[in-house]
Amino acid sequence: MTFLRATLAVIAKDLAGELRSRELISAMLVFSLLVILIFNFALELDVKTRSTVTAGVLWVTFAFAGSLGLNRSMAMEKDRGCIDGLLLAPVDRSAIYFGKMIGNLFFMLLVEAIVLPLYSILYNTNLFQLGFLGVVFLGSLGYVAVGTLLATMTVQTRTRDVLLPILLFPLAIPVLIASVKASMGYLQGIEMEAIRPWLNLLLVYDIVFIAVAFMVFDFVVEE
Amino acid sequence: MQPKPKALTYLDIFTVILFLISLGLVFFYAPMEAVMGNVQRVFYYHVAVGWVGMLSFLAAAIAGILYLRSKDRKWDRVAVAAVEIGIVFTFLNIVTGSIWARPIWNTWWTWDPRLTTATIMELIYFAYLMLRQGIEDPERRARFGAVYVILGFISVPLTFFSARLFRTIHPVVIGTNQPGAEGQFDMTPKMVQTFLFSLFTFTFVFIDLMWHRLRLGKFAEQVEQLKLKFSQYT
Repeated sequence: MTFLRATLAVIAKDLAGELRSRELISAMLVFSLLVILIFNFALELDVKTRSTVTAGVLWVTFAFAGSLGLNRSMAMEKDRGCIDGLLLAPVDRSAIYFGKMIGNLFFMLLVEAIVLPLYSILYNTNLFQLGFLGVVFLGSLGYVAVGTLLATMTVQTRTRDVLLPILLFPLAIPVLIASVKASMGYLQGIEMEAIRPWLNLLLVYDIVFIAVAFMVFDFVVEE
Repeated sequence: MQPKPKALTYLDIFTVILFLISLGLVFFYAPMEAVMGNVQRVFYYHVAVGWVGMLSFLAAAIAGILYLRSKDRKWDRVAVAAVEIGIVFTFLNIVTGSIWARPIWNTWWTWDPRLTTATIMELIYFAYLMLRQGIEDPERRARFGAVYVILGFISVPLTFFSARLFRTIHPVVIGTNQPGAEGQFDMTPKMVQTFLFSLFTFTFVFIDLMWHRLRLGKFAEQVEQLKLKFSQYT
């Protein structure tokens, strides 16, 4: 019970902070739109290419924006000494991990909730399918689960902002491949048989990495 | 500073002798493959260096777990040593594969699951070395390194699996083969003997290199401590 309360308290703290400053969401959002804009010119997103590359464009955008948000969210804790206060609290350390992770997931989903409708309108593509939205959720979950753990590590290093994507992307490749493939499957209306292996992979990745992060988080924040 | 142990010198000599024998086997004992010709001979070392690469990364992951459990700096030295050896041998694995693929697949590189996985694995362990470089405090460096090396080793099979869902053209010489593999062949008894001998040889190469690298790691630590001591006097 205290575990749940501690987790909720960390989430509430992050949300309250973000509600006042709005610096994380606005940065992630503007960045995402810029990335999509660049893709528009780099790939010439006409009707024909659009159907095949939409999933890829969206996931690259989310991955970049996500790493930006993760960096900022942990750097804020470190710079103002909040992390020390959090660690002093007499609660299980993994409650802090889950709090930060769910907070980051919330921010990422919020950005996606704004980017997806915009993309839909701008490119006249229907993205509102239950399966696709489920994939977006599962993919973001796996990405943020590893990302939060690694961001906690990288803020304590010398080259912090540069290091996070370098550490995160090779580890996140399975989740990104599975997300892109499953999203593309739903958007192109491929039969369920072909999508299911990717969904299974997403689920396995999410479960394995949340469990491992839960186990090793203590070692990452210990002083 | 301790002198080089006698056993290590013997191991060096033994490994060199094994290596020379295995070279002889590869070039003179193993028969020429009927379809591919001499280029097939790269297979014996290609698999052997890949084996050493996997062995190193496995050793690094185990050392990472042991470090987190015991906080003994010895395990951190093992992890770095293993990762460095693993990176070199995985690279050799990719290079020898390319040399074979040029005449057989008619390209140096293709985005095949095995090739992709090997490359991503290489990048994970490069990231590991960069992470270590960014941390000054040796205790924290060891702790973070251990965490990352464990995460990396878990993600490698998942990457392989995700890439495997695409089709593969890489031949599987041992075990059942997938339809569509290019450059498949069956081994004759002489080929099997050569192959097993080169695996055996490279396992010894691995042990020998590990031992040397661990000694080096220990010396590096001693130098670091001496420097610290010295800086107190100046």
